[in-house]
Amino acid sequence: MGISSTNNETAPISTANPTQNRKLENQHDAVAGLPDEPLVVIEPNNGWSALDLRDLWAFRELLYFLTWRDVKVRYKQTELGVAWAIIQPLFTMLIFTLFFGRLAGVPSDNVPYPIFAFTGLLAWTFFSNAITSSGNSLVGSAHLITKVYFPRMIIPGAAVAAGLVDFAIAFVILVLLMFYYGVGITLNILMFPVMVLLTTLLALGTGMWLSALNVKYRDVRFALPFMVQLWMYLSPVIYPASFLPVKLRSLLLLNPMTGIIEGFRSALLGRPFNWIALAISAVITLILLIYSSYSFRRMEKSFADIV
Amino acid sequence: MKPIVRATTLGKQYTIGTREAAYDTLRESITQAVRAPIRRLRSGNGRRNVDTIWALKDANFDVQPGEVVGIIGSNGAGKSTLLKVLSRITEPTTGRVELYGRVASLLEVGTGFHPELTGRENIYLNGAILGMKKTEIDSKFDRIVDFSELERFLDTPVKRYSSGMYMRLAFAVASHLEPEILIVDEVLAVGDAQFQKKCLGKMSDVASEGRTVLFVSHNMIAIQSLCKRALWLEGGAIADDGSAGTVVRNYLSHSFGNKISDEEIWPDVETAPGNDSVRLHRVQVRSLDEVSGQHLTTRTPFCIDVEYWNLQPSANINITLHLYTEQQAIAFTTGSGSGDPEWSRRSLPAGLFRATCYVPGDLLNVGRHRFNVFVIKDLSSVLYQYESTVTFEIFDLDERVLSHYAREPGVVKPNLKWKTEQVGEM
Repeated sequence: MGISSTNNETAPISTANPTQNRKLENQHDAVAGLPDEPLVVIEPNNGWSALDLRDLWAFRELLYFLTWRDVKVRYKQTELGVAWAIIQPLFTMLIFTLFFGRLAGVPSDNVPYPIFAFTGLLAWTFFSNAITSSGNSLVGSAHLITKVYFPRMIIPGAAVAAGLVDFAIAFVILVLLMFYYGVGITLNILMFPVMVLLTTLLALGTGMWLSALNVKYRDVRFALPFMVQLWMYLSPVIYPASFLPVKLRSLLLLNPMTGIIEGFRSALLGRPFNWIALAISAVITLILLIYSSYSFRRMEKSFADIV
Repeated sequence: MKPIVRATTLGKQYTIGTREAAYDTLRESITQAVRAPIRRLRSGNGRRNVDTIWALKDANFDVQPGEVVGIIGSNGAGKSTLLKVLSRITEPTTGRVELYGRVASLLEVGTGFHPELTGRENIYLNGAILGMKKTEIDSKFDRIVDFSELERFLDTPVKRYSSGMYMRLAFAVASHLEPEILIVDEVLAVGDAQFQKKCLGKMSDVASEGRTVLFVSHNMIAIQSLCKRALWLEGGAIADDGSAGTVVRNYLSHSFGNKISDEEIWPDVETAPGNDSVRLHRVQVRSLDEVSGQHLTTRTPFCIDVEYWNLQPSANINITLHLYTEQQAIAFTTGSGSGDPEWSRRSLPAGLFRATCYVPGDLLNVGRHRFNVFVIKDLSSVLYQYESTVTFEIFDLDERVLSHYAREPGVVKPNLKWKTEQVGEM
């Protein structure tokens, strides 16, 4: 939307002292305290409108509340509750260990296969859940979009942020597993927050774009699960990148999740980082994030009319 | 004085018809992309063949700080579109709005309520969605709970609330918004009379606090007593803008004067409804109050005329009316047989006659009414029966007391005399 909002924070609102003779004060304020410049100008805007970070910042608490709502609501009326955040990656890991680790004998870079698979799954489960839920988030929030204004990016953003909570819970299991298999922590762990941030940004870039596309093309809803599944097989979750022939390996690097998953393993399991892969992931993430936020801004204008 | 809202040449165009009615699918989009250039070649200039509609067109207005502006108009006149543009939900196609204050819009009560969350949780969620800060909600929390009268149910998921409780909680949150500009859609149309009263009371508080309010309603009483000024939208354009009383009056006589027929007339005796004995010539409703003009209020005396041709000489004919309310209840029946004793037994020559029934003010309740006409012979048998299409609406214009906004129940609304006296000692 072609909205440029200026000095949101300095609006002369008399909420500071609501008990004190409100009527008079407000009447006075409302007449005398008008700013010279409009706080908000509403205009049609057909170009690619710039990212309004100030507006996003003004609504930061809404991001928190929507995330909190998503987390709160997700496991309401489930018997197992938050345990689902653990069950999903844990059982997938067990099945992978059985079929790929034991039966198919997929190598795991000299790490016990369960740990190998679980680190990959930890990153992957977070990423795939985040893009799936944020991809469907705008369509699911039609009732908000048509009734109240706020920067729409908050909706897919909150969906990704809610995924982080599950990620944190599943991470506890990884720590237990590492303890069980006697995998020590190295200085590489310092890169762990960076890896989480990178995954979050990639999920945000992908999810934001998909969510906007989903408003217009409901095909996204059907394509998403299928796409996520394919994407997993094209990422080194089940197998290490080193498992592939060299030619294919460089092709695999074009998938930003390759660098991320390998990076997770390096950070957690103390193996050397593949900096080139990481750099490629970071660059792709950045480009995707910029592209999708601009494309989101462009599509955002028609959300309320077509959702 | 400097306005707090300034809208210039504001317009919003929607695409209608097949292209955007359904959700786009990728396939459609691809086929469109292939077809579009071909179509463009054929039709000459671009995308002219897409059906569009201007939901809002060339709207210019200023709102002064502290002004409470009512927005009226029939359904589809562009009221909601205007509110959506002003509250930044949808982007205008043309024009510009400058807002010199913080805006909160209330297009729906309870936006973003989540059924699984408790009342307490929803207060925070809904407050945040409406634009309140957490600290602000914290400080107003107790007042919100008081207003909602739902202390006991705060930790119950709202899906277990009755719809009344749900609305109460939602309105409690919304009414604690403190923006400089408040945009309110027809929130009063929902809920029971009790709830509407409470909403309106709060609305008038807000208005008296000196906030700027833009307020859509179909409730003309509410508009007239809450707003000094009204905007009347018709077909997306501003049809009238001025003092609430004048604009409401113009709007009412325009919309109801034309659309609701207060007269049926059959000039030709051959084709008029009736039979060999009697045929109708005209039925109509006339206000007997010069001041209120065309529309009837609960106070207005009016009359119903029935003109008929008597085709047989020396017949004894009387007219009876059954008057129906909107709910299809018979408000009363009345007839010239008992209402006009002198006339009732006379036998008439053939000719055109008019029977007039005088309905006093302070009788009918607010709402639409219609009637059936019975032509009675010899005070006993029904000669002919006709269901008139004449419909007239009784408005509640004279009541300006808050508690009288909602239509009071009852088929009739007589102004009855009361007297109270002490009749004993304790």
